[in-house]
Amino acid sequence: MNKKARKRAIRENLSSYAFLTPWLLGFFLLTLYPMLYSLYLSFTEFNILQPPKWIGLRNYFIMFIGNEQFPRDERFLNSLFVTFRFVFISVPLKLAFALAVAMLMNQRLKLIPFYRTLYYIPTLLGGSVAIAVLWRRLFAGDGVLNTILRSAFNLNPPAWISNPKYALYTLILLSVWQFGSPMIIFLAGLKQIPREYYEASSVDGAGKFRQFFAITLPSLSPIIFFNLVMQMISAFQSFTQAYIVSGGQGGPLDSTMFYSLYLYLKGFGFSEMGYASAMAWVLLIIIAVLTAVAFKVSGSLVSYGSGE
Amino acid sequence: MKNRTARRISAGISNIIIIVLGVGMLYPVVWLIAASFKESNTIFTDPALIPKTFTLQNYVQGWKGIGIVGFGTFFKNSFIICGLCVIANVIFCSLTAYAFARLRFAGRKFWFAVMMLTLMLPTHVTTIPRYIIFRSLGWIDTFLPLVVPKFFATDAFFIFLLVQFIRSLPKELDESALIDGCGKFGIYIRIVMPLTMPALITTVLFTFLWTWDDFFNQLLYLNSPAKYTVPMGLRLFLDSSGMSSWGPMFAMSVLSLVPCFILFFSLQKYFVQGITTTGIKG
Repeated sequence: MNKKARKRAIRENLSSYAFLTPWLLGFFLLTLYPMLYSLYLSFTEFNILQPPKWIGLRNYFIMFIGNEQFPRDERFLNSLFVTFRFVFISVPLKLAFALAVAMLMNQRLKLIPFYRTLYYIPTLLGGSVAIAVLWRRLFAGDGVLNTILRSAFNLNPPAWISNPKYALYTLILLSVWQFGSPMIIFLAGLKQIPREYYEASSVDGAGKFRQFFAITLPSLSPIIFFNLVMQMISAFQSFTQAYIVSGGQGGPLDSTMFYSLYLYLKGFGFSEMGYASAMAWVLLIIIAVLTAVAFKVSGSLVSYGSGE
Repeated sequence: MKNRTARRISAGISNIIIIVLGVGMLYPVVWLIAASFKESNTIFTDPALIPKTFTLQNYVQGWKGIGIVGFGTFFKNSFIICGLCVIANVIFCSLTAYAFARLRFAGRKFWFAVMMLTLMLPTHVTTIPRYIIFRSLGWIDTFLPLVVPKFFATDAFFIFLLVQFIRSLPKELDESALIDGCGKFGIYIRIVMPLTMPALITTVLFTFLWTWDDFFNQLLYLNSPAKYTVPMGLRLFLDSSGMSSWGPMFAMSVLSLVPCFILFFSLQKYFVQGITTTGIKG
């Protein structure tokens, strides 16, 4: 009997694993093995034509320290800096916008479904090459924005895209413009907050401002936190927009050289695949650390409610 | 009474702000559509949204593309790739999600945690080794590197979406089907799949959109114009034509957005559902 039961359990397990097989194969062949392989490559010099040559930590050394023989890669540090700036400006702005608009909409307005659609359109289209091309024309020296600024306000605006001071901000704007997804999520979250909270607090004499910090923000904190982490992870990996807007070069003067763009240029432009692999691992570590920090901080800031 | 008036005024003000802001946000898109119908030489001198002279010339010229390859080919390639990815994701992500959500097996929690971790993994860590693997298989300049990974349920995001959805379905249905002699696969096909339809439609939508816009991988793996997709076609256009051809460029840009628009407006409610159940990345 016991033996029979065990046999049945094994059969049960096997048939369940049959369903998992495609994913398991994918995980081992297309995720885990490539990950380990790229970790190995990160310690080598590799141009895909000749076999990888072990060089220890040199790739990492060139990125962060450098000496006379192997000078530090200033373009790498610059790309890291540009990407950090992009992530830490665009993500908070995007979430703030999303929350502000969601709060505006959360008032029993009749047209909410229509508004939701309207505001989702930039997110729907924003990832495309077509919109990146459009952006390039909107903010060019003789682009649409400047034509309007010149004719309507008689100003003499700079060429946004080709000015290293402003180019990154056009990309930040493009990213913030796509606040549709977090807005829809916040709107759904706001609807979950019991009305009584607001009513009770206004009886107690709390103003709108006070209510926002005492009720709205704490109630939404898990959602805000989740969005923050997910948006950050995807912002670190932005590629298409920077590639198209800068014509694939990250210019002017590397001011839009995103991390993934530099990784692409190193790996596939200069065939330095060992170095590019090392860059991929540095990115992985950065994202892991930031996510861990976010979770740690959230432990004290995010309230998941106490069931009541 | 006073309260109601105050609320009405506040709603009115909100409506106005939302509309003004919305119009501002959509201005670039509307401008793009208008520009695609303007004469090439008036595109930048005429900031108005309604073209003075309406022409389809840009579309005719753009459709011809560059050299011998026209946009017809680019669209065909994009649709083939997207179609295959959609089919693969619907079948294999739902199969995996069913296993995680419903089946009992040793190590389930462990594998689920692993799957959730891959959700956060930056794609760059696997990009280079995958490129080397696909190259050694002779798959460069074919659609295979773009499509085959989907047949191994590599889009963890959709597995997560479907797991969340399947978990919310009543278990009693599976159990009664089990009593009626339905196997695991039978339950999956006859009970879980039909009930999961809304989440599957969300999967179809986002797989299509993200594959359509997946410029990075297309750039990596497709080398010859005959294999190019729509985004690659647009880039080719951008690189190889001077200032004179902004009209055709915009016309093809508009055309490249049409499939997304159609999907979005016909299946809106599944978008909202998908976004709110998972907190989609944007």
